[in-house]
Amino acid sequence: MPQPTRRVVLGLGNILNNDEGLGVRALELLGTQPGLPIGFELLDGGVLGLNLLMIVEECSHLLILDAVDAGKPPGTLVELRKEEIPLYTGVKLSQHQVTFQEVLGLAAMRGHLPENLHLLGIQPMDVSIGLELSNEVQAALPQMADRAKSVLQHWT
Amino acid sequence: MPERIVIDPITRIEGHLRIEASLDENNVINQAYSSGTMVRGIETILKGRDPREAWAFTQRACGVCTTVHSFASIRAVEDALKIRIPKTANLIRNLMIAQQYVHDHVMHFYHLHALDWVDVVASLQADPDATASIQQSISPWHNASPSYFTGVQKKVQAIVDSGQLSIFANAYWGHPAYKLPSEINLLAVAHYLEALDWQKDATKIHTIFGGKNPHPNFVVGGVPMPIDLNSDTALNVERLSIISDSIDSMITFVDQVYIPDLLAIAPYYLEYGGIGEGLGNFLTWGEFPGEDNWDTSKFLVPRAVILDRDLANIQEPDPNDFKLMQEYITHSWYKYGDGDRVGLHPWNGETTFNYTGPKPPYELLEVEQKYSWLKSPRWAEKSMEVGPLARVLAMYASGHAQTKELVDLVLKTLDVPITAVFSTLGRTAARAIETKVFADSLRTYYNELVAEISAGNTDTFNGEKWEPHTWPANAQGFGYMEAPRGALGHWIVIQGGKIDNYQMVVPTTWNGSPRDHLGQPGAYEASLVGTKLEKPEWPLEILRTIHSFDPCMACAVHMVDASGKSLGEAAIGLNVLLH
Repeated sequence: MPQPTRRVVLGLGNILNNDEGLGVRALELLGTQPGLPIGFELLDGGVLGLNLLMIVEECSHLLILDAVDAGKPPGTLVELRKEEIPLYTGVKLSQHQVTFQEVLGLAAMRGHLPENLHLLGIQPMDVSIGLELSNEVQAALPQMADRAKSVLQHWT
Repeated sequence: MPERIVIDPITRIEGHLRIEASLDENNVINQAYSSGTMVRGIETILKGRDPREAWAFTQRACGVCTTVHSFASIRAVEDALKIRIPKTANLIRNLMIAQQYVHDHVMHFYHLHALDWVDVVASLQADPDATASIQQSISPWHNASPSYFTGVQKKVQAIVDSGQLSIFANAYWGHPAYKLPSEINLLAVAHYLEALDWQKDATKIHTIFGGKNPHPNFVVGGVPMPIDLNSDTALNVERLSIISDSIDSMITFVDQVYIPDLLAIAPYYLEYGGIGEGLGNFLTWGEFPGEDNWDTSKFLVPRAVILDRDLANIQEPDPNDFKLMQEYITHSWYKYGDGDRVGLHPWNGETTFNYTGPKPPYELLEVEQKYSWLKSPRWAEKSMEVGPLARVLAMYASGHAQTKELVDLVLKTLDVPITAVFSTLGRTAARAIETKVFADSLRTYYNELVAEISAGNTDTFNGEKWEPHTWPANAQGFGYMEAPRGALGHWIVIQGGKIDNYQMVVPTTWNGSPRDHLGQPGAYEASLVGTKLEKPEWPLEILRTIHSFDPCMACAVHMVDASGKSLGEAAIGLNVLLH
């Protein structure tokens, strides 16, 4: 396998479920920011699951933007460094879903976890059906984009 | 009241399927209930939107079903507006669809279904020399040396030692219903790992034709990528060569790994040739059109209804038949304007939520009342099974030579009668058989595409009816798609240039539907009755049969908890874990 070289910002989540898609919305906002460091791909990962494994494994740098349930008030920015990101979700009755943590877990198992890995999340408020962000999350989005930009600058 | 076992969720991908099964005194299932516990509702998002953009929303319904919901959507619009696509575009679509089958089925087999049959931990006991001998005897596949299998064992050992067994998180390891010799367990685990690398080659076709990474791009009227052999940004010689290599890689993996593995594993589970049938009724909408999107005369998979196992009398269903194609909600958490016992054709479909179930968390569903977010689609008031078995039977019954050959070969190799196809084993074998048929068809479509290009037929888009002023004031259409999991239909109603109604009847709704107005069970429910559980507290047998249908609940139920607030396992995101 060639040395991983891609530098990617990956927005995750389902845009059909309001705040669930905040990672994708934050990615769009990030794309409009002036002065972004060059050399980074902004990718909308949606809910592609296992199909994202190939991209993850090709990354030297991977910044993930996603909705995160950390039990905080809605709109709270959550940040996890590489070693803090749980690589695999729990199981129920032996079954599991191919969550993005599992994608990361598979990459780790295969020895291809990106060397630089960072997660920015926002606590969602409303994940019912719809295409709108809640006011709380909307208000936190610029903060997430700012923080994402500084992570990228730090990586440059 | 007898004890009822509850499995929730049962899918490994975005599971929101709940199965409840009651047992008799001998631990044999006498009743089973299937429930989608998350509400569907994408239909409400689409109303009022531009029909040309519907695919961009439907493709987000599920990360696994991105392509199929896009195709069904653009075909529905093309049907409504009577848009024919160029032959070249049709060939490119056929290539994308065939690729999707091969990719999806291989990943289903190794990543989702194999773990029901293969004991990962037991693979550590295998003798690498003996494993290599078996590998060499069943296939010319190149990874076949004792040292290779020793390496795989080291990887598995490392995972077990690191406490990350959760990657293979199945609490049922050591279950007495696992019957494989250690060596075959090791063989399958090795291929589980290899499939992850293989999918890189397998997805190249989509990366090229989809244009946009990682979500592919689609367009009503054709395909978005132009053909220009001299351009860097179009389909050119270099890209055609990548596609050709990718096709070779797919065919080789199916021929040398998937099919031989199936035939190596199946002999240890032949009893499943008599378990898990269910309905005996099958439906397909058909796939791989000939000259253009509406040429159903050359369908590789015919559009077919099979009733009561009768392969001698297949009928062609008309998806536009208001009387025969209907969805019921008698046991589903919806209400219709005309009451709970009527059926509605999808063009007249209604999506009004009516949750009457217990407040979650609950112990048991109220199965005498409404108990699922899935509707009950029915053909001529009958429950139908959709999916690989339905397609293989349709091809078999209509005399498709390669399918007949493959079915007969599998039956002969396993030494089982034709009736064994109506089972959990038959469903799993049918998936592999059609994978072989569709993988080979990739080469055919590729050659046809190259011939069209050589003849100068490079049009990939028909823009005659792109502008809304060219459309009729009112139109309705049906978009078919044989998704890997089974028959998918999108029904669209367009009024004044906007979507007035949009209904998706997805494969898992057919297979996982609750009882209908006549009390008839859906395919999952019927398939479980009569199955004996060796250890009811570890209901592995239920998983085997349900997984043989390849359920994909995210498609069927769309991501919102019944209570409207819990994130639950609502998405493939980090939110799930950090509770």
